[in-house]
Amino acid sequence: MLVARELTKSFPSGDRTITVLRDVSFTIGDGEFVAIVGPSGSGKTTLLGLLAGLDTPSAGSVLLDDVDLARLSEDARARMRGEKVGFVFQSFQLIPTLTALENVRVPLDLRGDDGALARATDLLARVGLANRTHHYPVRLSGGEQQRVAIARAFVNSPRVLFADEPTGNLDHTTGIRIVELLEQLNRDASTTVIIVTHDAELAARARRVIRLNDGLVIEDSVRAA
Amino acid sequence: MRVTGRWRTLPALAWRDTRTTRRRLVLSMSSIAIGVAALVAVDSYSADVVRSIHVQARSLLGADLSVSARRTLPPPARAWLDSLRARGAAEAHVTTFSSMALGGSLAGGGKGTRLVQVRAMGPGAPFYGKIETSPPDKWKELQSGPYAIVDSALLIALDAKIGDTLSLGYARFAIIATLRNVPGDIGVASALGPRVYIPDKYLAATQLLTYGSRAEYETLVRLPAAMDADALAKSHRQLFDSLQVRARSVADTERSLTRSIEQLGRFLGLVGLIALLLGGTGVASALRAYMAEKIDAIAVLRCLGASASQVVWMFVLEAAGLGLAGALMGVVLGVGAQLVLPHVLGSFIPVDVSPQLEWIPALSGLALGTWVGVLFALGPVLGVRNIAPLQVLRRDDDSAQGAARSAWRDPPRVIAALVLAASVVAVCIARADGAIVGLWMSAGIAGALGATWVAAIVCARLAKRLAQLRWSFIVRHGITNVDRPGNQTRPVVLALGFGAFLLGTLALVQGNLLRQLSSAANASAANLAYFDVQTDQARPLDSLLRSRDLPVLSQVPIVPMRIAAYRSRKPPLPARGERRSDSGARGAEANRPSWALRREYRSSYRDSIAPSEKLVAGKWWTSDGPDTDGVYEISVEQSLAEELGVAVGDTITWDVQGVRIRTRITSLREVEWTRFEPNFFVVFQPAALREAPQTYVMLTRVDDDASRARVQRDAVLRFPNVSTIDLTLIENAVGKILDRVSLAVRFMALFSVVTGVLVLISAIAASRRQRVRESVLLKTLGATRPQIVRMLFTEYALLGAIGSVAGIVLAVGGGWAAVHFIFKTPFAVTPLSLAAVASATILLTVATGLFAARDVFSETPMTALREV
Ligand SMILES: Nc1ncnc2c1ncn2[C@@H]1O[C@H](COP(=O)(O)OP(=O)(O)OP(=O)(O)O)[C@@H](O)[C@H]1O
Ligand SMILES: [Mg+2]
Repeated sequence: MLVARELTKSFPSGDRTITVLRDVSFTIGDGEFVAIVGPSGSGKTTLLGLLAGLDTPSAGSVLLDDVDLARLSEDARARMRGEKVGFVFQSFQLIPTLTALENVRVPLDLRGDDGALARATDLLARVGLANRTHHYPVRLSGGEQQRVAIARAFVNSPRVLFADEPTGNLDHTTGIRIVELLEQLNRDASTTVIIVTHDAELAARARRVIRLNDGLVIEDSVRAA
Repeated sequence: MRVTGRWRTLPALAWRDTRTTRRRLVLSMSSIAIGVAALVAVDSYSADVVRSIHVQARSLLGADLSVSARRTLPPPARAWLDSLRARGAAEAHVTTFSSMALGGSLAGGGKGTRLVQVRAMGPGAPFYGKIETSPPDKWKELQSGPYAIVDSALLIALDAKIGDTLSLGYARFAIIATLRNVPGDIGVASALGPRVYIPDKYLAATQLLTYGSRAEYETLVRLPAAMDADALAKSHRQLFDSLQVRARSVADTERSLTRSIEQLGRFLGLVGLIALLLGGTGVASALRAYMAEKIDAIAVLRCLGASASQVVWMFVLEAAGLGLAGALMGVVLGVGAQLVLPHVLGSFIPVDVSPQLEWIPALSGLALGTWVGVLFALGPVLGVRNIAPLQVLRRDDDSAQGAARSAWRDPPRVIAALVLAASVVAVCIARADGAIVGLWMSAGIAGALGATWVAAIVCARLAKRLAQLRWSFIVRHGITNVDRPGNQTRPVVLALGFGAFLLGTLALVQGNLLRQLSSAANASAANLAYFDVQTDQARPLDSLLRSRDLPVLSQVPIVPMRIAAYRSRKPPLPARGERRSDSGARGAEANRPSWALRREYRSSYRDSIAPSEKLVAGKWWTSDGPDTDGVYEISVEQSLAEELGVAVGDTITWDVQGVRIRTRITSLREVEWTRFEPNFFVVFQPAALREAPQTYVMLTRVDDDASRARVQRDAVLRFPNVSTIDLTLIENAVGKILDRVSLAVRFMALFSVVTGVLVLISAIAASRRQRVRESVLLKTLGATRPQIVRMLFTEYALLGAIGSVAGIVLAVGGGWAAVHFIFKTPFAVTPLSLAAVASATILLTVATGLFAARDVFSETPMTALREV
C-alpha cells in the first residue's frame, strides 16, 4: 500500500521559493493500475520522484507498506527500491556497457541474488526478447529498449512499478504494446503500477486517474469496471 | 580564402561553443602549461647562467691566461712566460694538491684530521674576481703571515674555530677566516674535500710536495690591454701540447663553461619537452572526448548550413586559443620556476646568477605551447569532417569510435599525424646537440610513449578477459567500466604509466647507485686507505697499525710514469678525454695527441690478478723477468686499450722518471672501478718496476668511528705527508652529491608528473558526466552509496594498477639502461622503491577518480528522471 500524506515540494528559485506540489494526498492499494495525468509542468515527475523515494518532500510524507520513506537514510531507501520498486523511464535509461540480459539482472545483482540469470532470462522471454539477450542497447530499437527496461523493472518482483511517460519516445502502436505489457505484468504479478502520461488514450486504459494541475490534485477518479 | 561574413563570425562561434566546457578546457590547457613552464624555466635559467658566465668569465679564471701543468713548468714554457713578462705581463702562482689537515699542532698532539684541497696562492693571485671571506675582507691579509682561509665545513669537521691553528705537513697556519664565495667554484665540490687557501711562500715549509705527490702547478698571467690572450693561447697550443701543459684563456673558459651549461640545459630541457608532449597527448584525448560530446551540436550546425571546413576551422581556432592560453600560463609559471631553479641547481653552477626575464625562451615557449595545442588537437578535430548532418536524426553512440577507427584511411588525418611526428622530430633536433642525438632523442620519446600506449591497450584487453571471471557484480561492473567505450582508458594509462615510468626509473637509478656504495663498503674489508706512503715510511706505518691490532690488508706500490712511445696495429679512437679538455672547437682537437697519451699513469706491479679484475684477453704472466730482448709484460685495462688502439701483442715504452722501460701487452683486464681498493689502468710484471721510485697505498679496516679518527690523526702526526681516505667520508660525500643531483632531476621530473596528473584529471573529467549519470541510475535501481564507491574503487584501482604495471615494467628497462650504459655498474631491481611508486600511482588514481565522481553522492537520484 502506498500512501501520500499532504505532500508539498518547493524549490528555492532566486530569493523566492516556488511550490511545485501542494498538499497532495491519496492512497493507492496493492495491485492498482493508476495513471497520473496533467499539463506539462504540473508536477507529475516531481510527484513520482517523491513517491519512489528518489527525492524528499518539503512537507508531508510518503508511506510504502507503512514505512515512512523520509525516516529512512538515503542508502536504506536505495535498498528499499532494490527490493520493492521498479522503474521505467521515458528515455529508457539502459546502461550502455551492459547487454540486454545484464541490464535486466542489475537490480538482482545489486542484492547479490543467485537466481538472477534464470529470472532475467525468463523476463526477457516474457517481453518477447528471448533472442536479443546478448545485444547491447545501441543495437536495439527504441521499443525493444523499453521492453528491456520493463523486464528490468519487474525483475525484482516489485510491489510498485513507476513509469514516467514510458511511451513518450515511441510510436503509437509500439506505445500500446508497451502498455499492454505493463497491464499484463500488473495482472500476473499483482504489482501496483503508477504511470505518468500525456496520452489520453493510454490514460483511459487505467482503472484510476489522478489529475494534477499546477501542483494540486484536481481529480482522482476510479473508472467503473 | 576570402574573409566573407561566413568566416568572420567564426571566432565568435568558436568562443560561444566553448561556453559549457570552459572549466574542463582549462584543465587540458594547464597540462600544456606545465610542459611550457618546464622548458621556459630551464631555458631562461641556462640563458641567465650563460650571460653571467660571459660577464664573470675573467673572475672565473682569475687571470687573462692560465698555464698549468702536473709538474713545475718545463723550460720552454717557462721561457715563453718570461718573454711575456718582458712585454709587460704580470704573473702569479697557484699550487693545488690534496693533503691531510690537522686541527692544532703536531707537537700538541693535534685534534681532528681531514683530507683537504690545499691551494697555495702566490702574491697577486687571483688577478680578477673577489674571494669573499667571513669575517669580510680577510683575503687581503692572507699573504701577510702564515695564515689559512678555509671552508667552514672544515671547521666543523675539525671542531675548530677562527683563530685556531691548522697544521699542513710540518707547517702551522692560523685560521683567519672562512670562505664565503670563490668565483668559479661549484658548491658540491667542497663535499669532496674542503678547501684551504694558504700563502705559497709557506709551501716549502709543509714539506708536503715530495716524490709521487700529485699537484697542479698553475701560473696566472695578467696581460697588458693590447695583448690578446685568446690568440696567444691558440698560437702556442702546439707547443703546450707537446709539453703536456694546459693553457686557457678567458675565452676558453667561457666557451667550455657555456658548453657544459648548455648541455645541462639540454638534458633538463629534454625532461621539459617530455612533459610538454605528454601534455599534448592529454590535449588530444581531452579534445577527442570533447568532440564526441559535440557530435550532436556539430550535426545541428551542419544541418543549419555550416560547411565541413567551417566546422573544422571553428575547432582549430578553439584549439589554437587553448594552446595559446595554456602556453601563456606556462610562460608565467616558467618565469616563476626560473627563480626556484637556482636553489635546485645552484650548487652545480660556478657563477652567481641574477635571474631576469629572458625573451627568447619565453617567446619560444609560447610558440611551442601553441604548436602542441594545435597539432595534437588536429587529429580529433579533423575527425568532425566526417560527421554528417544526418546524425541529427539518428545518433549512433559508436560514431566517435567509428571516426577514430577510420582515421588511417582519412588522408588529411594521416597527413596531420605525419606533420605532428615530423615536427616533434624537428623540435628534438633543434633542442639536441646535433641531428643524430636529436633523432635518437625523438626515437626514445616515441619508444617510451609508444610502449606505454601499447601497454595500455594490452592491459585494457586483459581487463576485458578478467571481467569474464566469476566476480561479484560490483567488482565485475567496475572491471567492465575500465574497457568502456569513451572511457579514456588509454590516455589515463598513458599519463599514469609515463609518470610511474619516470619516477620508477629515478628511484631505480638512485637505489642502484646507493646500493653500489654500500655494497662496496661491505664487500671490501678495507675502509681506510693511506696514500703517498714513501718507501721509508712503509715499515713504520705498518708497525704503527699492527701495534693497534689493525690488519694491514694490503700494501700496493704505485709508480708514476708516462707513455714515451707505443706501437699498435690499429689507429687510436678519437679520445674520450679530449672532450673533457677545455679548449674551443672540437675540430681542432681531433688531430692532437690523445689524453691517454699525455696523461700521467700511476701504475702498479704484482704477481697475480686482483679480485676486482677479470681477464678478458691474453693471459697473466707466470714468470717474472724480461724476455731475451729486455721487454717486460704488462696487463692493460680494456677501455684504455680501446682508447689507445692497442691489443695483446702490441708494445709500449714507458718513461719512468727518465728511465725507459719497454713492455709488451700480454693481457687485457676488465676492472670493477667502484671498489674501494686501488685499481690500475696498467699493471706491470714486478721485476720491471721493483727498483723504480715508488710510493705505497696501505689499506686497513677500523670499525668504530672514534678509533678510526684516532688512527688517522696518529698517522698524520708521524707522517704528515701521508693522506688518508676514509671510506665513510667518501660515502657521505658521494651521497650528498647524489642527493643534490637527484633533487635536480626530481624537480624536473615533477613537471612531467604534474602534467601526468593533470592529464589524468582531465581524462577522468571527460567521462565524468556519463559516469555520474550512470551511478545515479544505479541508485534508482537500488544501489547503495557503498556499493557505488566499491564499483568506482575497483575501476580506478584497476586503471591505476594497469598504469603502474606498464610504467614499472618500462622503468625497469629504463633504469637498467641508465645504470648499465651511463653509470656502468651492475643493475638490481629495488622492489621497495618500485612498490612505493606503484602504490602512489594507484592511490592517486583512486583519489582522483572518486573526487571526480563526488557529484554522485550529492545528487539525488531524481536526476535520473529528468535526464533525457
Ligand atoms: N530542481 C528544480 N528546481 C526548480 N524548479 C524545478 C525543479 N524541478 C522541477 N521544477 C519545476 O517544477 C515544475 C514541475 O516539474 P515536473 O517535471 O514535475 O513537471 P511535469 O508535470 O513532469 O512536466 P512534463 O509533463 O513536461 O514532464 C516545473 O515548473 C519545473 O520547472
Ligand atoms: Mg515530467
